[in-house]
Amino acid sequence: MMRLPWFEFRAPSSVAEAARILAAEGPDAMPIAGGTDLLPNMKRRHQTPRTLVSLRRIESLKKVSNGAGLTLGAGLTLTEVIHEPKAQPYGALRQAAAQVATVHLRNMGTLGGNLCLDTRCTYYNQNYEWRKAIDFCLKKDGGICWVATASKRCVAMSSTDCAPALIAIGAKAKLVSATDERELALESLYNNDGIEYLKRRPDEILTEIRLPPAAGWRSTYWKLRRRGAFDFPVLGVAAAARFAKDGTVEEARIALGAVASRPFLVPKAAEALVGKKLTDDVIAEAATLAASRAKPMDNADLDLYWRKQVAADFVGYALRELRGDDMRGTRLRIARQIL
Amino acid sequence: MSQGVMVRRNVHIDLRVNGETQEASFAPYKTLLEVLREDLGLTGTKHGCELGECGACAVLVDGEPQLSCLVLAVECEGRSIETVEGMAKGAELHPLQAAFADLGAAQCGYCTPGILMTAKALLEREPSPTRDRIREAISGNLCRCTGYQQIYEAVEEAARRMKESA
Ligand SMILES: Cc1cc2nc3c(=O)[nH]c(=O)nc-3n(C[C@H](O)[C@H](O)[C@H](O)COP(=O)(O)OP(=O)(O)OC[C@H]3O[C@@H](n4cnc5c(N)ncnc54)[C@H](O)[C@@H]3O)c2cc1C
Ligand code: FES
Ligand code: FES
Repeated sequence: MMRLPWFEFRAPSSVAEAARILAAEGPDAMPIAGGTDLLPNMKRRHQTPRTLVSLRRIESLKKVSNGAGLTLGAGLTLTEVIHEPKAQPYGALRQAAAQVATVHLRNMGTLGGNLCLDTRCTYYNQNYEWRKAIDFCLKKDGGICWVATASKRCVAMSSTDCAPALIAIGAKAKLVSATDERELALESLYNNDGIEYLKRRPDEILTEIRLPPAAGWRSTYWKLRRRGAFDFPVLGVAAAARFAKDGTVEEARIALGAVASRPFLVPKAAEALVGKKLTDDVIAEAATLAASRAKPMDNADLDLYWRKQVAADFVGYALRELRGDDMRGTRLRIARQIL
Repeated sequence: MSQGVMVRRNVHIDLRVNGETQEASFAPYKTLLEVLREDLGLTGTKHGCELGECGACAVLVDGEPQLSCLVLAVECEGRSIETVEGMAKGAELHPLQAAFADLGAAQCGYCTPGILMTAKALLEREPSPTRDRIREAISGNLCRCTGYQQIYEAVEEAARRMKESA
């Protein structure tokens, strides 16, 4: 039996109240949304917050609103995001959310929780006794990184599917605390550090994700994992492009996930598309540029070298889908899921 | 750890399980799975991985399949919980249960309650799902012995029987 540790449970009904509790309790308090990441982690004693501040009763975190673009509340479940009619033009988000975990977990897990997901590593995502047996690791309770023993920094991997998708879409994140609020490009929410992987302060709540207008844009997300359900990504590729009427790319973004401690943009690869039509040669060039930035570590499922090798193929699939190729067969072979 | 100074108090809440409201008192760290099995004596819901990786503990929360090993019981006040114990009406099995028994869709049976509840939610929403939809709906439920073929067939058979008797 893996029991949760003791904690004090709070269930505020507004963001302001939740922010006040987080400010008063300090870093010993943590927000909990769907709990599908935090509760397994607490069972394994990765996190042992003294106070859990549940966000589930906060109605405003469930809002969906149109304006210039679309604003999604961080408290929407992934299932709600997938079925949200207003989110349909944002293909990459829908495809990413639909490939997270399993149906049950998508009914529980939220968009905000997905974006704040803890980083993962084979030496970290183990129970307490297992970790103790190897004298722990840098990320939690220990002093050495077992993936790269000379590394000063923890190389645990960013494993969120929605973040690369939303970064390619050009989304912004809103953070609210008891004293201030700020909005930042989603990409800058992340640090390339397995421990300090978020720039979010412990007293801040991620309240909404703001997506720019989708008009003229197409976006897509491709995920590599062993099984067609359950598994976290070991590679995530998101691409978005705005096309002129004749098919020339006017603007583009390519983002990678699960190949570093943060999801990130590869501007060089995107620039290689601008002003051009997506011919096979143009796609191949951009794919090589993007894949050169994929630096997976040997701390997740599947062979490391193969994961690096297929990065270019996956960027190619994404760009061909944007170009309008019928990728359903390839998609079904890889995702083992109709998307 | 600073937990020493924490006041360790049980929570008392009303839980609505299978249509009946019951008072429950438990430690706040308990999951819905633990409260169902240990405090309410409802051991039909199975305890598998405890980490969201198997689906054995699936129950319906407000009609939606969720994993009871990752739901805090304190979060369940005012929500409707359905477990496998609520499926049969008296001596009469739910059509899904009957079809699973008739078509050999359970071997050791450990995954069965989770799959039954997940399939129940599917059929309530989609009375005639395609094989692909069934596959997708239960792709979060691991079965290690029956194999999925008989399970898909049993869900399809139950759907047929439910339509006939409707
Ligand atoms: C078996 C299994 C498979 C999984 N597979 C995948 C997968 O393939 N891809 C994937 O991306 N994820 C996967 N997950 C992880 C998880 O289910 C999802 O990422 C989910 O969306 C997390 O959301 P949540 O609401 O449950 O987060 P929680 O567990 O509630 O929170 C996660 C973290 O975010 C913080 N947090 C939550 N909401 C906020 C907020 N609004 N503001 C500030 N901080 C917040 C919490 O404090 C916590 O640190 C998997 C989980 C399991 C158990
Ligand atoms: S016991 Fe809940 S998913 Fe395995
Ligand atoms: S019947 Fe044994 S696990 Fe499914």
